Amino acid sequence: MIKVTNLRFGYGERGDIFDDFSVSMKKGEAWTIIGPSGCGKTTLLFLIAGLNTPAGGMISVGGQKIHRPRPRTGLVLQDHGLLPWATIFDNVRLGLEIRHFYGPDGKHSPADIELDQKRDRERVAYWLDRLNISNLQEMYPAQLSRGQRQRAAIARTLVMEPDMLLMDEPFSALDAPIREELQKVMNGFHREEGLTSLTVTHDIEEAVVLGEKILVLQQGCNVRPLIVDNHLLGEIDRKSDPEFVNRCSELRRLIAGAGEREGGR
Amino acid sequence: MKKKTTLLSTLGGCVMIFCLWQLLSLAVNRPILPSPVQVVPLFVVNMTGELGLHFLASTARVLAAVLVATVFAAPLGLALGQLPRLDRVISPLIAIIYPIPKIIFLPVIYVLMGITDLSKITLIAIIIFFQILVVVRDEAAGLRQELILSVKSLGAGRRALFKYVYLPASLPAVLTALRVSVGTAVAVLFIAEQSLTSYGLGYYIVIETYQVLLYPEMYTGIMGMGLLGVLLYFSIYSIELKVGKHLFIE
Repeated sequence: MIKVTNLRFGYGERGDIFDDFSVSMKKGEAWTIIGPSGCGKTTLLFLIAGLNTPAGGMISVGGQKIHRPRPRTGLVLQDHGLLPWATIFDNVRLGLEIRHFYGPDGKHSPADIELDQKRDRERVAYWLDRLNISNLQEMYPAQLSRGQRQRAAIARTLVMEPDMLLMDEPFSALDAPIREELQKVMNGFHREEGLTSLTVTHDIEEAVVLGEKILVLQQGCNVRPLIVDNHLLGEIDRKSDPEFVNRCSELRRLIAGAGEREGGR
Repeated sequence: MKKKTTLLSTLGGCVMIFCLWQLLSLAVNRPILPSPVQVVPLFVVNMTGELGLHFLASTARVLAAVLVATVFAAPLGLALGQLPRLDRVISPLIAIIYPIPKIIFLPVIYVLMGITDLSKITLIAIIIFFQILVVVRDEAAGLRQELILSVKSLGAGRRALFKYVYLPASLPAVLTALRVSVGTAVAVLFIAEQSLTSYGLGYYIVIETYQVLLYPEMYTGIMGMGLLGVLLYFSIYSIELKVGKHLFIE
């Protein structure tokens, strides 16, 4: 699904954060990216989303080279990014509205979509309901709690029926109970619909709960990917089990190790 | 959140101003301050005649100026707000020009453009231009990058971004800027209309009535100009209420 080949990318004075970096993710897999802040987690996500352009190498998604946002990729950011002047209903409909605006041109929207106002409305209603925010659809983002806004942002993305979901720290601004609830919602999508997802997080527990594969990035320049296989995906209720706790400390060690390596350079 | 003005509070304000006017005219008791009882009926009658034409001429000038100013200022404000590099170059200039009372350029504009309707409209447009420019620029600069990125990720290119983000984001700002600057616009109009024109409320008040001591008629002109300001203010306000519903949430 996602193929990163010999990627090179850096921010001018800070030097490269990726050099000759390759990783590939299969369809239907749930991945998380974790690492110390400034290690390039969000950068990698934005590169895959087509919002940044690699300095070298290539990124392809679904067999196509990425050089601009891909219509079938969904993106959810930490700060929901809802339009403050539009109601929740209109916000959730926004992506479909944009597809109508351009028509099925294959560039801004998939070339094979059907544009049907009635079906669109049903889809919006379905996702509002699925994320439990139907009763809020006439409200404006400012009237909602953070958790509700994030639900709306997720609904807005899923309405577009993406084949891949990218999320950047989607739940880090939320209180623990709401965060866990939304993590379960995401687990459900993965289990029931086989949604391919890639989530950036700085929270070790979240990395374990949302990723069957965990990519650990290091400070400085990333060359070889460090990938942890994890079968504890979705086991948030077992987070006090020794197995879960061990996995977390293993990750913590890996992240700290990555930091030390940087210190020794 | 902004505070809503209601119809009732506006009516209350009108009643109060007429009461104060009446009291003041009784207290002063001189021809320069006639009672509203005398002026208001005269105003109603005159508005269907000559005064109405003066009123229309003034309205047309203000509206033309508003239109010209918006057409030039809004796109430039958007550009400055979204292109920080351009803004860094130009903003010192704007910061200096913004507080200068533009009316002082009246003679310059008259000499350069002649004392025509065009020069009057230009003068008012210049004043409103800077108000809109600054507000739209700040509004556009305040659009968080995250919002723009997430709308881009929904497939929006430049045209869709303009339609779904920049336009709705700056429209309420343009309206607010217009609403607060419309008072200044009418004031400048009053001065600009005093020279070499034959229609316009400023001309009517100063040349046709004040200078020939027709005080009650002069007050109908003053009422006309007041009404113009109030009407413009509230029409813009009512559009604001429609466009910026999210700003008026209880």
